[in-house]
Parts: sequence; C-alpha cells; structure tokens
Amino acid sequence: MSQFILHKENTRGHANHGWLNAHHSFSFANYYNPERMHFGVLRVLNDDLIDGGMGFGTHPHDNMEIITIPLAGAIAHKDSMGNSAVIKSGEIQVMSAGTGVSHSEFNALPDEKLSLLQIWLFPNKKNVTPRYDQLALDLDARRNNFQQILSPDQDDAGVWIHQDAWFSLGKFDEGFETEYKIKKGGNGVYAFVISGEVTINGQTLSKRDGLGIWDTNSISFKANAANAEVLLMDVPMEF
Amino acid sequence: MQTTILYIGRDAEITIVMNRLLNARPEWKGICVCTDEEAVSILEAQNVDLVLLGNGIDVECEKALRSNINALKPGVKIIQHYGGGSGLLYGEIMTALS
Repeated sequence: MSQFILHKENTRGHANHGWLNAHHSFSFANYYNPERMHFGVLRVLNDDLIDGGMGFGTHPHDNMEIITIPLAGAIAHKDSMGNSAVIKSGEIQVMSAGTGVSHSEFNALPDEKLSLLQIWLFPNKKNVTPRYDQLALDLDARRNNFQQILSPDQDDAGVWIHQDAWFSLGKFDEGFETEYKIKKGGNGVYAFVISGEVTINGQTLSKRDGLGIWDTNSISFKANAANAEVLLMDVPMEF
Repeated sequence: MQTTILYIGRDAEITIVMNRLLNARPEWKGICVCTDEEAVSILEAQNVDLVLLGNGIDVECEKALRSNINALKPGVKIIQHYGGGSGLLYGEIMTALS
C-alpha cells in the first residue's frame, strides 16, 4: 500500500532577506521544522528568487550532492575547482561537494530576477573528489514526457551524481495522462509542481506544492492545466 | 546555559566557517579542530555536549574517533554534519539535542 506526504505551497518555510526571497520545502538555515527534515535522501528543496546582480558570496560545502535548476534568468557560478560558468534557464548544474569545495552564486543579470530551485541530496559515498558539471537540456523532449535530467549513471541521460537518484522534468498539455515507474526498489518519488495544476495518485497539486510517495512501484499522473510543469525526484528512502 | 559543540573536519577553510557559525549563537559554544589529536585533547580537558563529524574523515579514522569519544565522554551524541555550512547546521543540532 503506497504512502504519501503532502506539502502545500503555503506550508513551506519562508525567509525574505530583501534581495533573496526563499521558500524551503524542508528545514534549512533558520527554518526548523522537525516534521520537515527530509524525504529519503532528499534533504533540501529551496525555491529562491534573487534580485538582479545579487547572490551568495564564496561559501563552502562538503559531502552533499547539490543540483541547481534555473527556472528564469541565469546564474554566475565560480568555484575553488577553477570553474567559472553561467547557467541559464533550460540548463542544469550539479556539484558533488565531497571532501570540500567553495563557490559563489550570483544572479548574472543586473536588471532581472533569477528564479531557481536548489536541491541537496545526501551522497551514497562520503569524501568523494569534488566535481562540477552543467548541461543544456532539450526543452522539446519534455513536452508530454518525463525527461530524465539526472541519474547515477555517467552514460545515462542528463547529469550524474553520487546517489541512486533519478530526476525528471515534464511540461504537459491539459488532460495528458501517464504513469511514472519508479526506477529502483526502495526508492520513493517527491513531485514538485513548478507551474499549473496536476493530479498525482488522486492528490490535486497546485503551483509549488510538493507530494512525496513511497512504498509503491509507480505513480499515476494527470495534467489539469495547459503547460503544467513538474519535477519528479526519484530517491532512495533509506540511507 | 551554553551547549558545547566539538566540530572535527579536515578542511581548514570549512573549520573556520564552522567556528564562526557555531559561536554566532549565544546558546552554543563551538570548538572546531582539524585533527583527531586536537579533538582528543579537547575531550580530555573539558565538557562536550555534542560532537559533529565534518568532512574528510576516512572510515578508519572515524571508527577510532568514535571509540575515543565514547571512552572519554560516554553517552555524548556524535552526528555527521553534512553540507559544510549554515544550511543544515541548525536543524542537525536541534534534532540531536531534542
């Protein structure tokens, strides 16, 4: 029998720092809710809106798989591995922090807001050599399809990480229905609605709602609005 | 009353950041070290309420560290600190102390 947990948009943690308007699906920084610590290995899902030219100065990370998906605008990234890059909407960035890495992230555009999702997963191996990657995604491939954008396999579609996790993005026509099969036994799926309204396993979800489902092999999906966009995070529940 | 928290991690830069973060809260006293020898000296010399294991500690060192901590301070909580900064720190400590 499948189990689920529903996180409505307005129940997320919220921190407005002026230049940064952040919503946290799970406990982060000063937002602490013991009921919202993680979904399996998914530890952080931050929905950030950043003013033009503003951002996070150089700061360290370790032992975390960090995935950034810009929804609108572009991020300027610099790190201690020597990477200097701009990641635009339609691309995905991944960083395995491993033994330790420092980086900065700024809105690359001076006059436009940057909207991004930043996702942290616990790694399946500690103290790996830090690594960085980014990838431009084929936006057409996600029309009425869950397009795989991340996996544990270097040779599979999307970027890869040190965890048995698969991420997929889809953008759907109103009324489109499909089924998503969970990639690995013991994994669950956390669905996050980027825009529009959808129904997953009988639960109606609106923009920025999250639904975690586990103890099942698949989930049913229906788009209730045109251009509904959803991110699925298929992650181990035990770690 | 302050909670004394010992952080052990191999990256000196992260250790400096952790020292700043832990000591920014009046209810916490942070002591941050990079070596196991320093950690043992601290444990021998003073009270510690919580130990955070940071980055770069290999499996064998972690095993020895846990054994030393348990011998010197029986019952003290030992947790893994993930992320290397402020994002998860408060939640990790609150959960460990609750």
